[in-house]
Amino acid sequence: MKDLYKELDKDLRYLEGLKSCLNCGVCTAICPAAEVSDYDPRRIVDTIQKRDESELEKLLKGDEIWMCGECLSCKTRCPRGNTPGYIIQALRAQSIDTGMFTESEQGRKQLAVKRTVGDHILKYGYCVYIDEVDNDMYPEQGPVWKWLRENRESMLERLGTSYNKNQSGTLRNTSQGSLVDLQKIFDETGGTKRLEKIEKDSAEKAKELNIDFKEGKDDYFNWLYNE
Amino acid sequence: MKTIKNQIWSAYQKEIADDHYYFARSCIRQNFFPASENLYIDILRNVLGKDIYDDSRQTTCTGIAYHSGLIPLETTMTVIARQFALMNEAGYENFVVSCVTSFGLYVETLETWKHFPETEKETREALKRATGMTFSIPKNLVHASDVIYKFRKEISDKIILQLKNKNTGYPLKIVDHIGCHYAKIFPHEGIGGAEYPYVLAGLIDEWGGQQVDYPERRHCCGFGFRQYLIKSNRSYSVTNSKKKLDSMLPYKPDLIIANCPGCTFFLDRWQYVIAEMEGKTYGENGYGIPVLTYEELAGLLLGFDPWDIGLQIHQVAVEPLLDKLGIVYDPEKKYKGRNGEDIGLPEKPQVLRCC
Repeated sequence: MKDLYKELDKDLRYLEGLKSCLNCGVCTAICPAAEVSDYDPRRIVDTIQKRDESELEKLLKGDEIWMCGECLSCKTRCPRGNTPGYIIQALRAQSIDTGMFTESEQGRKQLAVKRTVGDHILKYGYCVYIDEVDNDMYPEQGPVWKWLRENRESMLERLGTSYNKNQSGTLRNTSQGSLVDLQKIFDETGGTKRLEKIEKDSAEKAKELNIDFKEGKDDYFNWLYNE
Repeated sequence: MKTIKNQIWSAYQKEIADDHYYFARSCIRQNFFPASENLYIDILRNVLGKDIYDDSRQTTCTGIAYHSGLIPLETTMTVIARQFALMNEAGYENFVVSCVTSFGLYVETLETWKHFPETEKETREALKRATGMTFSIPKNLVHASDVIYKFRKEISDKIILQLKNKNTGYPLKIVDHIGCHYAKIFPHEGIGGAEYPYVLAGLIDEWGGQQVDYPERRHCCGFGFRQYLIKSNRSYSVTNSKKKLDSMLPYKPDLIIANCPGCTFFLDRWQYVIAEMEGKTYGENGYGIPVLTYEELAGLLLGFDPWDIGLQIHQVAVEPLLDKLGIVYDPEKKYKGRNGEDIGLPEKPQVLRCC
C-alpha cells in the first residue's frame, strides 16, 4: 500500500488533530482507555508524526486505533493543541476505506457497530431504539429495563411518550419523509459508501475465516459482538 | 458552597437565549429515561413560561455512529445542517440540544465551518442535493442543562423543597457529573469551562445542596462509544464508572446528577452490575446511589410525583433519596401501567437492594 499519508493529509480531523507533538505524555496520563488497555495516545501521535508509511500501515491494520473511547479528554489537556482523539478518527476512517480494518480483531468489530447503531439510524431515525435493546445483548440493562420492555406499550403511554405514534414527542415513529432524507444524505456524503464497504470487506474476511455470513445477527456478527 | 473556583467559573460564561427554543431530542435519553425530556419541556413551558418547539421531523444527529468511527464527518455535518433547516422552517433561531454528545458535535460542526469555510459550502450543497433544503446557522446554540442553569434562580423561587435532609436539616451531599463532550472539546462553550464546570454545581448551590469534590470528579463515565456498543468491549465502560464510584464512595453522596444521557445511564446501570458481580454497593444499607438527570431533580423539588416523571425506570432505587427529602410517595403506584393497570413487577436483583 502506497501513499497512505497522501490520503491522510486530506482528512480534516488529521489536519486539526496533529500540530506538533512534544511527547510529554499528558494525553496518555488523562486517557481513560490507556488505563484499561494497551492504548497509548502519546505513542500513536509520535508514530504518526514520523511519517513512516510502513508504521502507519501497521497502525491501520492493528487493534490500537480502535481502543480509544473518544471522550476527547486529550483535547482539553494537550499543551500544544493536538487532539489524539481526532487523529484516531482519521485513522479509523482510513482503516475502513483501505479495507485494513478486517486485519485486526478490534477493527473487524466495526461490522457489529454497523449492524446495530448504523442500521438503527436508517431504520428508526435514531442511533438507539428500545425495540432493539434486549437484555440478552445488553444484560447490564437489568431487570427494570426487562420489565419496561415487556410492558412498553402500557408503561410508555403511562409516562406520556409517543411510542409507536406518528406525532412529536419521545420515542415517536420517525416519519418516512425524514428517513428518506437521512438515506439521501448518507448516499450523498459518503455514509452509505462507508457502510457498504464495511459489509463487503467483512463478507470477504468471514469467508476467509470460514464463518457463516449473511445479514443481521448472523454467526459472524455474534462472534464479533460476543467474543 | 462558594469557593475560589467561582472566580474561574465567572470567566467561562456564555450567552443563553432567554426564550423561544427549538428542541433537539436525544437517542439515549428518550429510551432509557423516557419521561425526562417531556418533563424538561413541561418545566420550560409550564413552570418558566417559555416557548419550546418539539419537532416531529427531527432525527438523530448520528453522533454515536460518528464517534464510533462508523460514518464520515461530512455525513454528520449534513444531518446536522438538516436539523438547522428544520429549525428555520419552524421559525426558530435558538437551538437547544438534549444530548451532550450531540451538543459537542453541533459545536464541532460550527467550529469546523468557521475554520474550514469550504466545508460549510460543501455541506450546504450536499444538503440541497439530498433534500432540497437550505439553512441558517442558529443565533444561539446551547445544551439543555444550560437553560436550567440560566433559570436556576427562577426555579428556586418555585421549588417546594430544598436539597436538605429532612431529619437532620443538613444539605444533601451531591455529586455532579458532566458529560465529557459538554466542555472538554470546546471549554469556552461550557459554563465554568472544562476543569471546573458549573452548570450542575450551580444548581446544587442554588437549591440548597452541598457539592461533593472527589478525586475523580472529572473522569469520564466510560461510555467509550464502540467500547460500550460491543458486548465484548464493555469492561472498558464498567471499569471507568467503577473508578468514579470508588472515588466518590468515601464522601457518602446522597445523589449523583448528570447532564449527559449516557453518563446518567452508565452510572445507574453499572452500579447494578458491580453489585451483582462483586457484591459491592455504593449507597446505604445495600442500596445504590440514586442517579438523576438535572430536570428530574428539578421536577422532584418542584413537587412532581416521582412515578409520573419516570423515576421507577432507573435501576438504582430512588426511595432513599425521596425519604431524605421528605417526599411522600405511593409505593403501590410505582409499577402501574396506563390507567393504573397492573403489569407486574420487575425481578429483584440478587444483591443491589431495590424497593
